[in-house]
Amino acid sequence: MKAGLALLSAFCLTACGDVVADTKSPPAQPQPLQSGYEFLQPQTQALQDDDFANPGFLWIDRGEALFSTATASGSACSECHTDASLPLAGAAAHYPKIDAESGDLINLEGRINLCRTRHQNEAAFEYESDELLSLTAYVAYLSRGTPISVDIEGAAADWYARGRDYFETRRGQFNLSCTQCHDDNWGKKLRGDTISQGHGTGFPAYRLEWQSLGSLHRRLRDCDAGVRAEPRPYGSDDYLAVELYLAKRAEGLEIETPGVRR
Amino acid sequence: MRPALPVLTIALLAGCSGETTSRLATAVEITGDEITAPLLGLQGDAARGEAAFAEREQGHCVLCHAVEGLDAEFQGNVGPALTGVGARLSEGQIRLRIADIQPLWPDTLMPSYYRTGGLNQVAPAYAGEPALSAQQIEDLVAYLGQLDGEST
Ligand code: HEC
Ligand code: HEC
Repeated sequence: MKAGLALLSAFCLTACGDVVADTKSPPAQPQPLQSGYEFLQPQTQALQDDDFANPGFLWIDRGEALFSTATASGSACSECHTDASLPLAGAAAHYPKIDAESGDLINLEGRINLCRTRHQNEAAFEYESDELLSLTAYVAYLSRGTPISVDIEGAAADWYARGRDYFETRRGQFNLSCTQCHDDNWGKKLRGDTISQGHGTGFPAYRLEWQSLGSLHRRLRDCDAGVRAEPRPYGSDDYLAVELYLAKRAEGLEIETPGVRR
Repeated sequence: MRPALPVLTIALLAGCSGETTSRLATAVEITGDEITAPLLGLQGDAARGEAAFAEREQGHCVLCHAVEGLDAEFQGNVGPALTGVGARLSEGQIRLRIADIQPLWPDTLMPSYYRTGGLNQVAPAYAGEPALSAQQIEDLVAYLGQLDGEST
């Protein structure tokens, strides 16, 4: 295959430093762009397709109920968000985004928690708590079918670059980057799994392995743990940045929450 | 990223001046694309190697590789099938490919199983340890080396 000189020079190249990431240009979008859904077994697809069988709807129903229940100290989400004022249909497709007030990048979970603290006088929910998962899934579900489109200009530009850098950097004892699996080897078999293009469009999603709904950050922690890297904390800046990069990379795909995955 | 060029040249000098084995778990002599001597002088066992190849708690190589006739379901195809690999590669070549294949093929998805140095963000439970022990690697070399298309 690859012998002699080529081999030797390749050796020098890697021994000598990592490939320098280009963080400015548009993401290398896998072509044709395909949701993780396309790589599932037919029976898993069928579970996602059927709103009555899809276990994710247990959380969506709870989220819908929470949405219209007044909190002890404040009001219900549904008092501010109606069809006429501040409607949420389609909103989730533009997250993560910069919060104008703080200047920070926030994802949907972060936005929901800001409404809790700013408008409802309540403490933020914990990541992966049943409440936050349910509300996030419900709000994302209100955008089901809306194509992802995020802003990576202005204050978001550095976040985008950081997310891309994380995506392209090798890590863990196995020394692999997200790119190597999801840009370079999608469609191939990793034991019982088919590697997808690694889009977050189904999240929060119900994973059969979890027997639960889980956030995108939980999925990212699993991928990091898979290469024996130390996962980043839930809601960490690195994962928020990756979430923005993933959203830009998935641009054009539709939100499909609640996704069902293996 | 920013200071790319100067850093890269320094790294080039350092990386290519013979310190190539310092990232492995123990000192290893690499000749061309082979590690000719068994790691730590250990003797491999093909039967144990077959188990290491298949078992999730060990090498779990079937995640990415298939071997015809091996009793393990859902073998992966991210890496090439290793049926008959012993006829294609010497034991020394197989040993290097398991221990540290990444210098040979910079973009490869195949982990380096005897590497401990120069890694990033390794989970504490694995830090400073190679993914497989010298004995497990020798067992794998013995197993793959006898897959010559005749005995299996
Ligand atoms: C060694 C291979 C590998 C690496 C490295 C890897 N992943 Fe994954 N990833 C998988 C597999 C396998 C799955 C489950 C099947 C699927 O949906 O792709 C998955 C699933 C995902 C999903 C869910 C896709 C869906 O539709 O449900 C996302 C998002 C994702 N990965 C992002 C990442 C990110 C970001 C990184 C780096 C931090 C990363 N992955 C690193 C193999 C990998
Ligand atoms: C995450 C994926 C992955 C895992 C896990 C993996 N490999 Fe590989 N392996 C590859 C890929 C990909 C190649 C091809 C090298 C290339 O061209 O990049 C390869 C190549 C090889 C080769 C060289 C084959 C040839 O014909 O030149 C050997 C030998 C090998 N692997 C053995 C193993 C053993 C033994 C294990 C487990 C201890 C293992 N691999 C685990 C992906 C993997």
